Amino acid sequence: MTNPHAAADGAPPPQGPPAPDTDACTGGAGGNPHPAEGRAATTHPHPTTHGLHAHLVVTRPAFHLDITLTAAPGEVVALLGPNGAGKTTALRALAGLTPLTTGHLHLDGTELDRTPPESRPVGVVFQDYLLFPHLTALDNVAFGPRCHGATKTDARTQAAAWLDRMGLTEHAGVKPRRLSGGQAQRVALARALATHPRLLLLDEPLAALDARTRLDVRSQLRRHLAEFEAVAVLVTHDPLDAMVLADRLIVIEDGRVVQEGTPADIARHPRTDYIAHLVGLNLYRGRAADGHTVELAAGPVITTTEDLAGDVFVAFPPSAVTLFRDRPTGASARNLWRCEVAGLEIHGDQIRADLTGELSLAADLTTVAAAELDLHPGAPVWATVKAAQTHAYPA
Amino acid sequence: MTRSVRRTRRTLQVAGASVAALLALSACSSSDDSSSAKTKSDTSSAATPKLSGSITVFAAASLQESFTTLKADFEKAHPGTKVNFSFGGSDTLAAQITGGAPADVFAAASPKTMAIVTAKSDAVGTPATFVRNQLEIATLPGNPDKISSLKDLTKSSLKVVLCDKTVPCGAAAQKALDASKLKLTPVSYEEDVKSALNKVVLKEADAAVVYKTDVKAAGSKVEGVEFPESANAINDYPIALLKDAPNPAVAKAFIALVQSAEGQQVLNQAGFLKP
Amino acid sequence: MTKADGSGAVAAPRRGGPRRRRVRPAVPLPLLLPGAVALVFLLLPLVALLVRAPWSSLPSLLTSTEVWQALQLSLICATAATAVSLVLGVPLAWLLARTEFPGRGFVRALVTLPLVLPPVVGGVALLLALGRNGVVGQWLDAWFGITLPFTTAGVVVAESFVAMPFLVISVEGTLRAADPRYEEAATTLGASRFTAFRRVTLPLIAPGIAAGAVLAWARALGEFGATITFAGNFPGRTQTMPLAVYLALQNDPDAAIALSLVLLTVSIAVLGALRDRWMTAS
Repeated sequence: MTNPHAAADGAPPPQGPPAPDTDACTGGAGGNPHPAEGRAATTHPHPTTHGLHAHLVVTRPAFHLDITLTAAPGEVVALLGPNGAGKTTALRALAGLTPLTTGHLHLDGTELDRTPPESRPVGVVFQDYLLFPHLTALDNVAFGPRCHGATKTDARTQAAAWLDRMGLTEHAGVKPRRLSGGQAQRVALARALATHPRLLLLDEPLAALDARTRLDVRSQLRRHLAEFEAVAVLVTHDPLDAMVLADRLIVIEDGRVVQEGTPADIARHPRTDYIAHLVGLNLYRGRAADGHTVELAAGPVITTTEDLAGDVFVAFPPSAVTLFRDRPTGASARNLWRCEVAGLEIHGDQIRADLTGELSLAADLTTVAAAELDLHPGAPVWATVKAAQTHAYPA
Repeated sequence: MTRSVRRTRRTLQVAGASVAALLALSACSSSDDSSSAKTKSDTSSAATPKLSGSITVFAAASLQESFTTLKADFEKAHPGTKVNFSFGGSDTLAAQITGGAPADVFAAASPKTMAIVTAKSDAVGTPATFVRNQLEIATLPGNPDKISSLKDLTKSSLKVVLCDKTVPCGAAAQKALDASKLKLTPVSYEEDVKSALNKVVLKEADAAVVYKTDVKAAGSKVEGVEFPESANAINDYPIALLKDAPNPAVAKAFIALVQSAEGQQVLNQAGFLKP
Repeated sequence: MTKADGSGAVAAPRRGGPRRRRVRPAVPLPLLLPGAVALVFLLLPLVALLVRAPWSSLPSLLTSTEVWQALQLSLICATAATAVSLVLGVPLAWLLARTEFPGRGFVRALVTLPLVLPPVVGGVALLLALGRNGVVGQWLDAWFGITLPFTTAGVVVAESFVAMPFLVISVEGTLRAADPRYEEAATTLGASRFTAFRRVTLPLIAPGIAAGAVLAWARALGEFGATITFAGNFPGRTQTMPLAVYLALQNDPDAAIALSLVLLTVSIAVLGALRDRWMTAS
């Protein structure tokens, strides 16, 4: 699941990312089709302040965003969160499109708090790409270099090199409306990268694509991001996109960071219902009372295998839950709860039962099993989970 | 602007009589004048000393002040009568009359425009000249440019406006200039005498050749300068009873008032000359 | 390696989709009838002009220098007024559509004022503002020796005054409908706000600008009241076609009709050509 750092490839990619000069404009460089050549020369005056250090505070009526964000060069960070959590606002604040109410923003040691968007070394891939409809793919990509002072010829040479990297050479002369979703996405990426940004922002980069295209584009994007040597921040509400594309996830809810970590870490140790739901786990918070027993605030007790003390989270997957129509006799009565079916959802040949009662939980079972149990909303059931299939960790 | 609107309406009426929907749209148009004119013909035979009813007088714009005074006198002398006016450019009025507008009397600012009406034999009898109007130079108040003759207007430093040759005051001015062999290049040929006068009132032009009556009406906003050549270009104002007059008895009485000593006095005060 | 892309086939039909929904034969009567009446109402006066046109004297009228002079002046002045409207009106439309300032709604209402003002009043207002003794005009005269009334420039001023609101309203509407995020995208690529406007917004709203310009041009071409009041009437200098038509109407209605036909023909030709060239371009 984790996305290894770009350097894990060993050598730089064949046509590496362009020269990472902070001024981002290679206007006078004269149409360098292989920008990677400039890479070795990279030296920054303040190596300790490399990367992104941001404290973003945006206050608006009925909305408050307050998050801290740091990322090292080469790192891909995903802002994950439900709709309205403030992800896009955070991204716009990074780009300078939404002013900070307070806080700060440092990129490679340079303060950007009051820098207008056009002067920030930031590239943005917008959710619906916003390719300029009146310009060809080539001229869309050449737009940035032109604005940074390159001559028309230089800008186009650079743009052609970028399109080539994206495998879009034969679409260079095409207007955006004739590009497929996947092609448009790559042009948008090339356009953002062509200004040699020190911070690449991607807003729901895959949301505009249909399911089939998404799979292809996701893996391509992953490769391009892995090659990108500066900071990349992507915003998404799709946990799969976040986990495939990012080295680190920052989960935002209601304008605040609720959890931060590697995709694997977050998937295994979710700290909010939202994440637990996203990664498909039942999650509970309670107090480890006595060795393997965790008392939940609501009353029920869950027995686990871990030996912990203090506040803990307990998580188990829906597939670990076994349902019975009648109270199972014999064996242990541990982790046995009386519930009621609140709803049923069909996922392929699986059925997910949403249960309420002593403990609210999700349970997965086959359609056959569901039929045998005569599950329907309102039906009473008994749910059990083996202690070995639960996972407890400190809160 | 109103002129062109009226003109469109007239064309509509002529060309589109069959399109009921359109006529319904232009409800204010005079679509039924011809029929109403015919039904009124019997009242003309019953010419009684007791006058009643209303008449519509189409009169040149320059007659507005004096005719409005006369209307009050007339309605006072003949209770039960009402005089309605439509003031405008003589040529526009003539076009409306030949187009079937419901008018009883036409008082034009030139024999030429009256001729348009008589040519279509819309008038009854020979039009009579009831007043004459003489040209005058209108200058800025106090006459700062010391204009004293028509020749002074030819100075290149002066901004002079004339009426367009197609309107009576322009034709008269041209006649006066030709008679004295003067060549005058104005900055503008205005579309009517009031516009020409207004250019001086607004001080955009230094002088304009307009009618005595207009100078008088403008009061202290302009200063009039008489010039002898104007005698060569005196404008006759003819008045006529119209053939389809809905109320010829009252119309005749109004024409009589205009030609009477009383009427001439009112017109004189406005600057008109006796015929 | 990035070449394999089957996504093209998947996404393309979705994009082309809306174009195919056009098979709707039945036109509802409540729309058809008033629509047809409106068409007849608009065209009938023009048809009447054609019916009553003095076709026999047309050739001699059309060869008169005065007519050509007036036509030429009309075209030059209307085009110049459109250019003035574009240069000043498009930025004004942008300010109204894309910036926030106190009283913006009021300013927008003021911009439309020349639309409701009778043109003759507009002409008088221009005289009071820019005339030799006008509020501003007296200084133009004193400092630069410029007087606008009775000059060709005055015609352009009068026509611009009347025509510019059409352009501003039209362009502002297009700007409001255009996605402002394209400008944002441009700024993230290093474009200043002006560059973003020039290189992105302007091409995007080009059809709206063209439509506004055509509207303004047509309005300027037919302008009468403000022109004759502000600029006067002198053949070859300030006498545009509408003025010539109006004055011809005084004593020769046939000539007026003929002149109107010339104006109509030329404007139909120009508007038709522009429509093909610009309006359908995007």
